[in-house]
Amino acid sequence: MAEWIISFFNITDPKLVKDISEQIPYLLNNLVFAAWETVYSTVLATLFACLIGLPLGVILIVGEKGGIRPLPSPLMKALNVVINLLRSVPFLILMVVVIPLSRTIVGTSIGTVASIVPLTIAAAPFVARLMEGSLREMDRGTIEAAQAMGCTPFQIIWKVLLPECLPALLTSLTTAFITILGYGAMSGAIGGGGLGNMALNRGYTRNMRIVLYVAVVALVILVQIFQSVGTHLATRMDKRLTGSKARKASAGDRGRQARKDRRMGPPGAM
Amino acid sequence: MIELKNVSKTFPTAEGELHALTDVSLTIGDGDVYGIVGMSGAGKSTLVRCVNLLERPTAGQVVIDGADLCAMGQKELIAQRRSISMIFQQFNLLMQRTCLKNICFPMEIAKVKKADAEKRAHELLDIVGLPDKADAYPAQLSGGQKQRVAIARALASDPKILLCDEATSALDPKTTRDILRLIKDINRRLGITVVVITHEMAVVEEICSHVAILDHGRVMETGTVEEVFSNPRTEAGRRLVYPDGVRISELPAANVVRIAFNGGSSYEPLIASLAIDCGVKVNILGADTRNVNGQAFGTMLLGLPEDPAEAAKAVAYIKNQPNVTMEEVRDYHG
Repeated sequence: MAEWIISFFNITDPKLVKDISEQIPYLLNNLVFAAWETVYSTVLATLFACLIGLPLGVILIVGEKGGIRPLPSPLMKALNVVINLLRSVPFLILMVVVIPLSRTIVGTSIGTVASIVPLTIAAAPFVARLMEGSLREMDRGTIEAAQAMGCTPFQIIWKVLLPECLPALLTSLTTAFITILGYGAMSGAIGGGGLGNMALNRGYTRNMRIVLYVAVVALVILVQIFQSVGTHLATRMDKRLTGSKARKASAGDRGRQARKDRRMGPPGAM
Repeated sequence: MIELKNVSKTFPTAEGELHALTDVSLTIGDGDVYGIVGMSGAGKSTLVRCVNLLERPTAGQVVIDGADLCAMGQKELIAQRRSISMIFQQFNLLMQRTCLKNICFPMEIAKVKKADAEKRAHELLDIVGLPDKADAYPAQLSGGQKQRVAIARALASDPKILLCDEATSALDPKTTRDILRLIKDINRRLGITVVVITHEMAVVEEICSHVAILDHGRVMETGTVEEVFSNPRTEAGRRLVYPDGVRISELPAANVVRIAFNGGSSYEPLIASLAIDCGVKVNILGADTRNVNGQAFGTMLLGLPEDPAEAAKAVAYIKNQPNVTMEEVRDYHG
């Protein structure tokens, strides 16, 4: 592979030839595994962060004053303070702080699996705020209609709030996933695996510039893929007029109406 | 029967307390279509939300069929709310559910079996005239259709009472009439008590049997629609019934005719020539005439003079005009 690249591009610069012949074999052996590590640690951390963050986000909306099921205001204040506190600790510091916790939970503080613990702790309050933002979009009138129908607060959350906000929640989930991907790359600094580790410990520290570039490009590609999938799912799922199917249907209606208008003359002409 | 007894509601605001409702007492009989009218900010929406306790009154009682809602616990209240349905200005449908699933929703929360619920939902779609929209999403419907789905959903729990909060205010006049007709029909066929909140007197005229006039959070007068409309006793009532300060009964027209222009030359001045040729003066009560490329299309309401001889002369003259047809209007009230 390395030889093929050198001959194909007719590379003569001896330093570049040396770099290519050293680093391309390394990439071939390690890139796919590093990308896999990044994906699975990000997916798992996002999953755990949502398991904690989504209920917190729901509580933030439902429990506030004037919400569906107001909770005691000291409780809500405490929750807000804790979330803000966790969010204000820089991720690099947080990773170091939770090393003992990682050791307790997964038995080690080094490696990809261990990095899931600080990732989850850092992302959960962020996810809570994201979900809060998405749920705040909910139309008050629809909630009121559900209350008028005799829904219990739990039924409103489960059957109205979450399903109606699902597209927005999915968009937030995509944002969370990509942010966690970025954090995960940072966890390479304390022994987490994946593309971040590769870029940092091989590419940057050992001055393997081709490895650095390829790892970063791989991260960029991963972000593109997950963002596209997330956006696509969120729009396709949304049954309001933003959905492509509904948009097509209404465009057809408008077209038909316009043709009819042309035949009939402008509306209002008697 | 719905009884509101001395209901008051105040909201704390930055500038002190806002008295949305003050000492409101109303009795709404079973099977009535009861209109509550008032200007914006009169407290209508707050009042209707007191009936199902979406707003808890600061003072007073809300008694439905002898049971005081304010004294109920959360569980009883939720059960009671299932017999009081509500429709809204903004429809408030679940946008991520199909029409059928929207109508199934009240039955779903009441734990009705899915197959039974869907069967009932299809029946309700038939009742509101949208049998083919079961699988459409609300975003694909027009405003009038959305309100029909909302009405079907409101009926799904077999309610005793239907509350309509400005249910037609977001609709155009024709759709408004259709929806009102549907509500009236439901009231008649199913015997559901309907409470209509509106700022439009036309809505009250169209469907209500009784009316209460609300102004600044107080009930100014109540009665049958005929009573209140024919002789409003309070300033607030008069303001709503005669918004432009004209009493229709004071208009002089004794016999009224409607003439229709069928596309003759609009440049022939009919009314002026009537005055000049016959010496008859007629009163134009209303006109909707459009000039399309020099052709007149439209109708005009004319009040003929009280003297029968003069009126006959005018009628004969108009009948002789080309492209003009005429008919007598017997039930003219403005």
